[in-house]
Amino acid sequence: MARIAGIDLPKNKRGEIGLTYIYGIARSNAKKILNEAGIDLNKKVQDWNDEEQTAIRNIINEKFKVEGALRSEVQLNIKRLMDIGCYRGVRHRAGLPLRGQRTKNNARTRKGRKKTVANKKKATK
Amino acid sequence: MSRSLKKGPFICYKLEKKVVDLIENKKKTVIKTWSRSSMISPDFVGQTIAVHNGNKFIPVYVTENMVGHKLGEFSPTRMFRGHAGNKDKGKK
Repeated sequence: MARIAGIDLPKNKRGEIGLTYIYGIARSNAKKILNEAGIDLNKKVQDWNDEEQTAIRNIINEKFKVEGALRSEVQLNIKRLMDIGCYRGVRHRAGLPLRGQRTKNNARTRKGRKKTVANKKKATK
Repeated sequence: MSRSLKKGPFICYKLEKKVVDLIENKKKTVIKTWSRSSMISPDFVGQTIAVHNGNKFIPVYVTENMVGHKLGEFSPTRMFRGHAGNKDKGKK
């Protein structure tokens, strides 16, 4: 079992994919790490030996910001926007999209599940 | 796409002149401006700038964190008063 940056990596995936289970590392960074450590991209996570694991750990420690540190950085950036009261901060507070997308419909990623409002009765003609 | 570095940040030259004047005279008055697209430069910190939002001037007190943003970001042009039936909103 390879445990890197406080995360258990899936045993039977290729190293390139396995590393992406760490927050802050996706395909391109995973490739960079493995290339630098001199490990074949297709080698399964369970086949890494101890040396290879430490090599990967060292590279991540030195060059990447992952997991908790990265999450807190993102949160701080959002908090800064909210504190200075700029447009993006206001949108964060309101839970609406920040980049000018339409909100008449869609925008469900930011707004969450649909909240149905009781129908207003139509005036009879 | 971000602005070319070659050009440097955009600051309306009239506004910039007014700010520099204020700093030289060590005065603190509110500057009115319509130039919402002007970048906030480090010189602006501590000044109050009234930014037009199409209807009235919104006073913005510039702090250090705001450097690099545009003036218009701090002067919202739309006011959402809440939907019908939402009692607690719709004030101001």
